[in-house]
Amino acid sequence: MNNILTLCYLIGSVTFILGLKMLSNPASARKGNGIAAFGMIIAILGTIFLYKDEAGESLHNYGWILAGLLIGTIVGTLAAKKVKMTAMPEMVSLFNGMGGACAALISVVEFDHIYQANKMLGSPWFSDAVPLGHYIAIIAGAIIGSVSFAGSIIAWGKLSGKVNDFSFKGQHIINLVILAVVIAAAVYTYQSDTQVSNIPFFITVALALLYGVFFVLPIGGADMPVVISLLNSFTGVAAACGGFLYNNKVMLTGGILVGAAGTLLTILMCKAMNRSLKNVLIGSFGAKNAATGGEKTGSGGTYKEISLNDAATVMAYANKVIIVPGYGLAVAQAQHTCHELEKLLEEKGVEVKYAIHPVAGRMPGHMNVLLAEADVSYDKLMEMEDANDEFKSTDVVLILGANDVVNPAAKDDPSSPIYGMPILEVEQAKTVIVNKRSMKPGYAGIENELFFRPKTSMLFGDAKAALQKLIAEIKNL
Amino acid sequence: MDNIFNWIAENQQMIYIVVLMVFLGIEVIGRVPSVLHTPLMSGANAIHGVVIIGAIIVMGKAEPGNYLALILGFLAVVLGTLNVVGGFVVTDRMLEMFKKKKS
Repeated sequence: MNNILTLCYLIGSVTFILGLKMLSNPASARKGNGIAAFGMIIAILGTIFLYKDEAGESLHNYGWILAGLLIGTIVGTLAAKKVKMTAMPEMVSLFNGMGGACAALISVVEFDHIYQANKMLGSPWFSDAVPLGHYIAIIAGAIIGSVSFAGSIIAWGKLSGKVNDFSFKGQHIINLVILAVVIAAAVYTYQSDTQVSNIPFFITVALALLYGVFFVLPIGGADMPVVISLLNSFTGVAAACGGFLYNNKVMLTGGILVGAAGTLLTILMCKAMNRSLKNVLIGSFGAKNAATGGEKTGSGGTYKEISLNDAATVMAYANKVIIVPGYGLAVAQAQHTCHELEKLLEEKGVEVKYAIHPVAGRMPGHMNVLLAEADVSYDKLMEMEDANDEFKSTDVVLILGANDVVNPAAKDDPSSPIYGMPILEVEQAKTVIVNKRSMKPGYAGIENELFFRPKTSMLFGDAKAALQKLIAEIKNL
Repeated sequence: MDNIFNWIAENQQMIYIVVLMVFLGIEVIGRVPSVLHTPLMSGANAIHGVVIIGAIIVMGKAEPGNYLALILGFLAVVLGTLNVVGGFVVTDRMLEMFKKKKS
């Protein structure tokens, strides 16, 4: 029987590799996801029905296992189906946290097994009965899983606006101290007296949770995707620890694969923003932009507003309009209205395109997904480099709730925290219309000089409402 | 020192897998376009849901009277399933939209 299980695990491992490979290509991505899911089901079913422990005993508690699977499946499917496209990043973070918690719980239960057995055997030191390798797998799974769980929950809270940025001076040093204590407590647990070895173990877990919270708290919301991707790879490693613990190849393959791919993906995301990972994690975005922000508000000057009627006229009589979507579009769920505006303008003979910054929105690819949902044709979406070439020949650029990705400070203000990030150079166009809810700075918390430039005019209001009014105006022309 | 060598010798299969998977993981997604970063992250998120297997083993081995193991194991199974199912479904939803625009 166990040979069949080995085969199941082999199938699982291969589908994970294949799935991940296919996921990195637009044409095969969906199939790749399906293949990985199929392999996962085989591996899970195989484990339930064929797994035998060292003593050759099958699993029991089938009622509990199936109930757990059922609850998880129903809740997971509903949550994933009902979540709005805009809330996708939070959702991924939440699911990632669940995986981390799962890994940590496995470690806690396994630790408790050893602890209870040790107590019964009466061995004086915890280390007597446990090989070091086994202990490392348990404690590493507990620590990494806890950090990933706590961090993901905070990231989820930040993205959904439930948790605010929070940082204080010397936070990084405190974080390092907490991490050092976590490791010290983990080492101490192994050396401790059998009777009380559970105390340092639970201290380790509690501090790891605290570290997870402190690790994510000071990082700005705009950098959350990078953090989620990093925590994603953490959970992968935590899962791999479980693989070591049970000598289970599919857990090991899946976990390490995600750990490695996730780390690379994290670095790629940082590159798209032209920042280093170190800069994202300890760059103290908050501290720096407070200074520049203050400076900028003083020299901000005045901005001008544009009336709906004027905006409608400029756009309807333009030759080429480029729309720059940002998070504001996502928040307002305005993608469908935006598509309507695009169609209306095209009927009037205006060429309409979209310029997509790689990190517009809250996640790379966020805008593409959103506009695709509204049936916007794929070839209307331009990547940053192409868009920057096209702005010169563009009459009107309509910016919908984007801010940092069009901030000229990234090009000409070396003191700006986003200096060096490639931006959409919208100023090359003849007119720039910016739709925003208010003059409040964007997610990076910095003032945007663009809004005060002579070419720019502001159209205040919620993106959806503003677009609807704009459409009505254009129809009336 | 001997301890470490012994450990490596005993676990050489696992260590080989780790090393190879690190390279493979990096290789496999090396050239992913930035449009796919989010779905790829979400897909990878679903794949590390393999922890569910560990949770099932913990749950299945728990003694009927050991309530700590039963409760925590059960919780682990639920959370792990959430990770797997939610992860794959969310990824599929994202990619479904990519597909539409092709047609």
